[in-house]
Amino acid sequence: MSECCCHDHDLDYRYQRLDEVIAQYKDMPGALIPVLHQAQLIFGYLSKDVQIRIAEGLGVPLSEVYGVVTFYSFFSLKPQGKYTIGVCLGTACYVKGAAALVEALEENLGIKVGDTTDDGMFTLSITRCLGACGLAPVLTIDEDVYGRLTPEKVPEILERYKNKR
Amino acid sequence: MMILRRKVEKMDLYRRQVLICGGTGCISTGCKGVLNEFVKEIKNHNLTEEVKVVETGCIGTCDLGPVLVIYPEGIFYQKVSVDDVKEIVEEHLVKGQYVKRLMYTPPTSSEPLPEYKDIPFFRHQLRIALRNVGLINPEVIEEYIARDGYTALEKAVTEMTPEQIVQVLKDSGLRGRGGAGFPTGLKWEFTMKAQSDEKYVICNADEGDPGAFMDRSVLEGDPHSVIEAMAIAGYTIGAKQGYVYVRAEYPLAVERLGQAIKAAKKMGFLGENIFGTDFSFDLEIRVGAGAFVCGEETALINSIEGRRGEPRPKPPFPATVGLWGKPTLINNVETFANIPIIILKGAEWFSQIGTSEKSKGTKVFALAGNINTTGLVEVPMGTTLRQVIFDLGGGIPNGKKFKAAQTGGPSGGCLT
Ligand SMILES: Cc1cc2nc3c(=O)[nH]c(=O)nc-3n(C[C@H](O)[C@H](O)[C@H](O)COP(=O)(O)O)c2cc1C
Ligand code: FES
Repeated sequence: MSECCCHDHDLDYRYQRLDEVIAQYKDMPGALIPVLHQAQLIFGYLSKDVQIRIAEGLGVPLSEVYGVVTFYSFFSLKPQGKYTIGVCLGTACYVKGAAALVEALEENLGIKVGDTTDDGMFTLSITRCLGACGLAPVLTIDEDVYGRLTPEKVPEILERYKNKR
Repeated sequence: MMILRRKVEKMDLYRRQVLICGGTGCISTGCKGVLNEFVKEIKNHNLTEEVKVVETGCIGTCDLGPVLVIYPEGIFYQKVSVDDVKEIVEEHLVKGQYVKRLMYTPPTSSEPLPEYKDIPFFRHQLRIALRNVGLINPEVIEEYIARDGYTALEKAVTEMTPEQIVQVLKDSGLRGRGGAGFPTGLKWEFTMKAQSDEKYVICNADEGDPGAFMDRSVLEGDPHSVIEAMAIAGYTIGAKQGYVYVRAEYPLAVERLGQAIKAAKKMGFLGENIFGTDFSFDLEIRVGAGAFVCGEETALINSIEGRRGEPRPKPPFPATVGLWGKPTLINNVETFANIPIIILKGAEWFSQIGTSEKSKGTKVFALAGNINTTGLVEVPMGTTLRQVIFDLGGGIPNGKKFKAAQTGGPSGGCLT
């Protein structure tokens, strides 16, 4: 993303939306996790500033917010790529060769699991069982599900997203 | 209910129904495109008034997807691609001639089996928890109502006392399907008897075991069965609020459940004064955030409260000190899905299914691995693993010998 004036407006707008979310959930018991989910949707990840805003808004100690964010694998402290690739490493997928898929993805993208490509396109992650074991091994790219994969099919799938930009 | 019934009967005027699986497995093999093509072709052939296209939850044979069943004939088609749709419409829907090449052929035979009910994978099943999954559109509440949906809730709140409901569950012999196998009736009784101004009902839809997707299939394919059971639970134990805790990895389940809750509220099955009584009950979804231990009930309670999902020491048990420190009933998705039909058909009906000793009813399994037909099945308790693999699953490819099977994920064990 380029550093132009719109960038700050954009950020202001996101914080404004976060404040609305906080206001909406504030009086609901157990609001922290739903608010974190929303915040991650708005910002793509949970930066320290965002966590501070949430802690203040909900009246929860920052240490508790941080403790929750780091406990759950779904929450991310780092910016995510435009697309998030999730490779299922559940038992069925593992047996059917999910590890080779991870290797193929790491090689193709030039990153390790947990990282994001330099162009900000892809984040590579592994997931718990997605419940599509009949189709093992399985990977997801955002909401799309791909089953019965082999390492050879990886480049073609990635290509579809690269061309989408 | 009369008004609802009439509304529902009107839908049955369609001469034919095409039930297309919209489960996650079939979505990955392209069922959405097939569905759109059907709608288009049916329109092209002026059949819109006669043929209804229904998107269902997982039909069960995920690795044959996209799959569909055409009623009233009950013809099962597998691996249907967008290019096949025109042929099915022209041959089957227009001329009444079945499309042989898209039918299922068992590995041991060369003759296809046209009818859904004859296919071993379905024939050997007894579907109680999955009674509606794959047969109704989960996004249309009327279809659930047409299959006796919400009549168990009506019966419970207008004709039964909480004690009577507990007795039915105890007599049925139903045990929790979430792992520990605790008798459900007893758990409901403990929570009912706990003294408190506030109580809660929780549905555990964290489904932590790898290889399992039965809870997901119920939530995606028949969310109202869980909603109805949770409302019955609320009435029985004296709770006004329930939570469904769903894993973050199941976005489709969250979406369908959310829609179903909205529809149930609109119809008055959730909310204030349900069925004109003074019983009120509401439901909320809480989405998990990825952590294996959250399937454990006290960790799950911590997570709903907005904390790290770490287990609490037991006792105290949730039935006395649970969510926000109040008595809480927590059951698994599949456990809940069994309950409305037990209330309707009675304890005796249920207790005759399964083994004579302790395991009553059925169990839903996800069949995966090196088996000819994999997918989701429900069989009476006591069915042997061999029967499941050979009768339903069609055996092991290339006639290989059966060596070992893992049951119930890492918390289960290996059978040989
Ligand atoms: C480590 C661990 C993981 C568990 N995971 C699940 C789960 O994913 N789903 C579930 O329903 N129960 C799970 N349970 C069992 C729950 O603690 C609880 O017994 C269950 O939800 C009660 O419902 P039921 O009586 O209907 O089975 C787990 C238990 C342990 C110890
Ligand atoms: S998702 Fe279609 S059969 Fe399972």
